Amino acid sequence: MSLAQPQSVAEIKARNKELIAEVLKVYPEKTAKRRAKHLNVHESGKSDCGVKSNIKSIPGVMTIRGCAYAGSKGVVWGPIKDMIHISHGPVGCGQYSWAARRNYYIGTTGIDTFVTMQFTSDFQEKDIVFGGDKKLAKIMDEIQELFPLNNGITVQSECPIGLIGDDIEAVSKAKSKEYDGKTIVPVRCEGFRGVSQSLGHHIANDAVRDWVFDKLDPNKAPPFEPSPYDVAIIGDYNIGGDAWSSRILLEEMGLRVIAQWSGDGSLAELENTPRAKLNVLHCYRSMNYISRHMEEKFGIPWCEYNFFGPSKIAESLRKIAAYFDDKIKEGAERVIAKYAPLMDAVIAKYRPRLEGKTVMLYVGGLRPRHVIGAYEDLGMEVVGTGYEFAHNDDYQRTAQHYVKDGTLIYDDVTGYEFEKFVEKVQPDLVGSGIKEKYVFQKMGVPFRQMHSWDYSGPYHGYDGFAIFARDMDMAINSPVWKMTKAPWKQAPGQAGLLAAE
Amino acid sequence: MPQNADNVLDHFELFRGPEYQQMLANKKKMFENPRDPAEVERIREWAKTPEYKEKNFAREALTVNPAKACQPLGAVFVAVGFEHTIPFVHGSQGCVAYYRSHLSRHFKEPSSCVSSSMTEDAAVFGGLNNMIDGLANTYNMYKPKMIAVSTTCMAEVIGDDLNAFIKTAKEKGSVPQEYDVPFAHTPAFVGSHVTGYDNAIKGVLEHFWDGKAGTAPKLVREPNEKINFIGGFDGYTVGNLREVKRIFGLMGVDYTILGDNSEVFDTPTDGEFRMYDGGTTLEEAANAVHAKATISMQEYCTEKTLPFIANHGQEVVAFNHPVGVKGTDEFLMAIARISGKEIPEELAKERGRLVDAIADSNAHIHGKKFAIYGDPDLCLGLASFLLELGAEPTHVLATNGNQKWADKVQKLFDSSPFGQNCNVYPGRDLWHMRSLLFTEPVDFLIGNTYGKYLERDTGTPLIRIGFPVFDRHHHHRRPVWGYQGGMNVLITILDKIFDTIDQNTIVPAKTDYSFDIIR
Repeated sequence: MSLAQPQSVAEIKARNKELIAEVLKVYPEKTAKRRAKHLNVHESGKSDCGVKSNIKSIPGVMTIRGCAYAGSKGVVWGPIKDMIHISHGPVGCGQYSWAARRNYYIGTTGIDTFVTMQFTSDFQEKDIVFGGDKKLAKIMDEIQELFPLNNGITVQSECPIGLIGDDIEAVSKAKSKEYDGKTIVPVRCEGFRGVSQSLGHHIANDAVRDWVFDKLDPNKAPPFEPSPYDVAIIGDYNIGGDAWSSRILLEEMGLRVIAQWSGDGSLAELENTPRAKLNVLHCYRSMNYISRHMEEKFGIPWCEYNFFGPSKIAESLRKIAAYFDDKIKEGAERVIAKYAPLMDAVIAKYRPRLEGKTVMLYVGGLRPRHVIGAYEDLGMEVVGTGYEFAHNDDYQRTAQHYVKDGTLIYDDVTGYEFEKFVEKVQPDLVGSGIKEKYVFQKMGVPFRQMHSWDYSGPYHGYDGFAIFARDMDMAINSPVWKMTKAPWKQAPGQAGLLAAE
Repeated sequence: MPQNADNVLDHFELFRGPEYQQMLANKKKMFENPRDPAEVERIREWAKTPEYKEKNFAREALTVNPAKACQPLGAVFVAVGFEHTIPFVHGSQGCVAYYRSHLSRHFKEPSSCVSSSMTEDAAVFGGLNNMIDGLANTYNMYKPKMIAVSTTCMAEVIGDDLNAFIKTAKEKGSVPQEYDVPFAHTPAFVGSHVTGYDNAIKGVLEHFWDGKAGTAPKLVREPNEKINFIGGFDGYTVGNLREVKRIFGLMGVDYTILGDNSEVFDTPTDGEFRMYDGGTTLEEAANAVHAKATISMQEYCTEKTLPFIANHGQEVVAFNHPVGVKGTDEFLMAIARISGKEIPEELAKERGRLVDAIADSNAHIHGKKFAIYGDPDLCLGLASFLLELGAEPTHVLATNGNQKWADKVQKLFDSSPFGQNCNVYPGRDLWHMRSLLFTEPVDFLIGNTYGKYLERDTGTPLIRIGFPVFDRHHHHRRPVWGYQGGMNVLITILDKIFDTIDQNTIVPAKTDYSFDIIR
């Protein structure tokens, strides 16, 4: 690919602006006006990317976004392994999200852990008409009987719950009392709330605050001896083991991780967290709310970090270490030095195969910026990026720390726009989700899923970077992409070129 | 450090090293407040007992690991089976993200579908404006020939009226007056994805046959010799519909497949993304009213559609996802009877080959016990085939099966000596199935991808047949219908049986005396 592409930044900017103008032509006037605010070409030196965000998606355009339920059940709460999360409402939401996110965990599933199970109240018409509170109460009783080792229950509301006026808070309170103060968390994450997954994250964070933190007994002895090096990992969902390949680095530098939120996490770890000396925050978008709350209420500072690729990992390890004494600072340097040979070997192997390759991204609320450094470590360049559910503070971070001058920016991109952008920009790789994967592969563009790591991973940490590099190489340099055009359908010169390779 | 640039370790190896194992053990011990391992073991054993099963089957409110999805998924599946048609789901947008992901994960294909993106204000004021704007945007952006509308539970709970909304949207100029916008109300709290299939295909036919929601004259049926064919919600739609077309071709039957999504779920990688491909043309959908008869391959996917068609004067015939010799015989003979065409020798030969294969292999299947779960029709088709093979479909379970279905399954059991010790479980879920697999074990389990967890939990080897199959590739490209489809199912079952025997006889100097390389 990359034939006849503009070379200078000025040319790229002009091309990208033209491209935006072109895609907007397809829309009715009102829609074009609204969509125009979400598309831009990044100007270096600006404090944000110049796009509006966290605004309602436009009907009928094929947004890639999900809903608040997906943000709460699918992202924040679902991975908490020793609690049972009831998808409360009709069967679909729980079914489509059943084990679809790769939140790895250790436990005896069905006995003391429940992540890959689908618990639902499977609403029927009578539940809509007469309300589902009694059913919910009964469900909790049945859970207690059949899954006695569960450590808590959450109620993940689907659309109808808020519409029919059910009082899931009252049911939760009553059942908690009945079961000796058991943690039961009602979550008002109905899918119609907000504009994307994002409000679901916020609602889920608030539910932790209200139904876990606020119920803690301050006089209860800590379950472990506190240490000055206690930290909590916040906003790592352990996709393919990401949190594990991150945790190991923090522990190797001398810190003690007392909680993981929420990949491979447990209720006890949520409860441990107010004892942390520092909260280290990977996915800012989905868990900044609870981090800010802990800062205000418990005085725990929080620190964003990025464990994609050796450059950002080293930067982040030093940034985290700066909150601690020399022992930890030395620890960070020791860890960086320890993994340097591995990183050198990975880059020596893969960079020559990936140097100069271009990437377009469209992911959730963190990765559209966070992975840029990892690509750059491999000599690759991100030429377009956008978020499903970012807010302006995400675009600020993106502009100030990550993207280059002239990068194409697209917020809440529509299926049509994304397809046209890729068609014209002709990147060597697209990183996005399952709904986008096959569209671009049909077009002959190499693709990696950047939500699920395309069933690979981990990508976090040094161990993860080796997998990341290998995966990008196997996507871009797969022989399959040379076969997409039948030889008898190629222009004579083109066919000759391929044959000569 | 376990990771290595020369031989990059994946997740399934990386974390087994001592560094990670130690780390995870410490995490658990220090910070997870873990249960006493003895207690975990005790509960684990208890959860395998008949006592637990009894409590499990006494559940009245809780559903655990159901084998069904919701109505709109079926509606989306139908819509993409029509030429240049885009499914438009009125309601919350997250639902559409889920349907698209679900279908893409199974077919490994793009899945195009739009939402009217209703949010809180629409919950209060209704979603009319979402419909007006949404139809206009979809029409302009994706240039569909038809937009097929269905609903999420949100729109159903607040009572949005699709007929009125679409009419208003047309008046407001969202799409031209004469533009085809069939619709179906598909509440997620009624039935399952097979119900959604039924409502949606009926919605399309009703639109074309009964006057396009009052905007055109109703079609007057002028009977011809054609046969309509409806596949139902089917994870094998790609392979199956192609096989059915081949069979119709061999027989020389003039046919219309209604909702033919076999192309759109199997597009080539050749540099072009086809949002639309193949599909029943709108003209064919309209003209289907004139057909002599309609055949439904899945009774429970067409419970409302078939009576609707029958009321228009056609003969209707329903099958239950026929798999194997007898099922295919009945299917072919029905086509022959309706069309007046003979079943060609070539198909008789294919039949003979399937019987030949069964004769060669049945000793390995005879008397084996199977548990089956899936959609109601698929369960019937598979159970019938197992009985033909001399196997016992010991447990047959459909979360979206009702008592009527259960009676039908029982009748099937009663028809064969191999069905005497078999039981049917309507409305149950996979946690019930788990109890059954522990208390009344079988040799093999047949089901979709979610059966993986039952296999891991109970040790019952899983044969993946059903929808969705996410974790094995390309199964949907092969038919399970027709004699050749029966052959595919037979081979799939046999492969698992042989693999299981081999796995169980693999320990050197202990169990490997069963060295057979010839079977």
